[in-house]
Amino acid sequence: MSATEHPTEHLAEHLDTHNWTGALRRRALRELPPDRLLPDSQPAYMSSWIYLFGVLTVAALAVVIGTGCVLALKGPQWWHLSSLGHYVNSMHLWSVELFLAFMVIHLWGKFFMAAWRGKRAMTWMTGVVAFLASIGTAFTGYLAQQNLDSQWISTQAKDGLNSVGIGAYFNVMDFGQMLMWHIVLLPAAIGVLTVWHLVLVRRRGIVPPIGAVPPEDENTSEKEDRP
Amino acid sequence: MLTLPPLPARLLAAPIDLNGPGHYLHWGVIQISVANLVVIGLMLIAFVAAILLPFPRKRGRR
Repeated sequence: MSATEHPTEHLAEHLDTHNWTGALRRRALRELPPDRLLPDSQPAYMSSWIYLFGVLTVAALAVVIGTGCVLALKGPQWWHLSSLGHYVNSMHLWSVELFLAFMVIHLWGKFFMAAWRGKRAMTWMTGVVAFLASIGTAFTGYLAQQNLDSQWISTQAKDGLNSVGIGAYFNVMDFGQMLMWHIVLLPAAIGVLTVWHLVLVRRRGIVPPIGAVPPEDENTSEKEDRP
Repeated sequence: MLTLPPLPARLLAAPIDLNGPGHYLHWGVIQISVANLVVIGLMLIAFVAAILLPFPRKRGRR
């Protein structure tokens, strides 16, 4: 046993306990070791502005969630009638505008980079579904404005949505239901998908540009799964 | 009597008056607001700039 090793590590390996916590810990450490989860260096090809749009999207999402929490705490009287309420409401809107703009530029960059290469299909798909959930969240946000704009949007959308049979669970004329979709269900989905997406990015590493060789492949001959 | 908002508020306000009906472009079945077209144009500019502009290099990268 080395000096740096924890004294119980040997014991745990030999006991080979079959409880779920131990199995989960072993799997988490195998799939996502700490140096991969929180790396202190990145490949040189990441030195490009196009690689920034993912983290910009996450930063904008943090502002969206933060301002949304303030709006939820203070309520519609506050965001409709006070100066500070107008300001936070505007912050919520403009951070969403930036969130979607950054996400679409991130999508363009990853599409033309074929970012699903190298076992990154699930990373790509979690991003796609998060994008779709974001569109739904933005849409229900417009419905929750409580003004003529939201009434117009809901009455324009209801027939199309009812015709595809989702009116019972997604009734755009039901303000309460739309508000719950906007502040509970869809944000929860986006939160889970974002964390999943980021963990997968850490697990597989950032996608190299087409033709570039990832650093871990430079010293090994195992290039079958890598682009 | 019309009273103007204080100077800081006027300076921070949008350079274009957004309190009015939007302007729309029509091209056959395609209809798009000028505001949305401007946003799409800015996104395309940001995308091209992100690819073409050099990124400041930092020592220690692998």
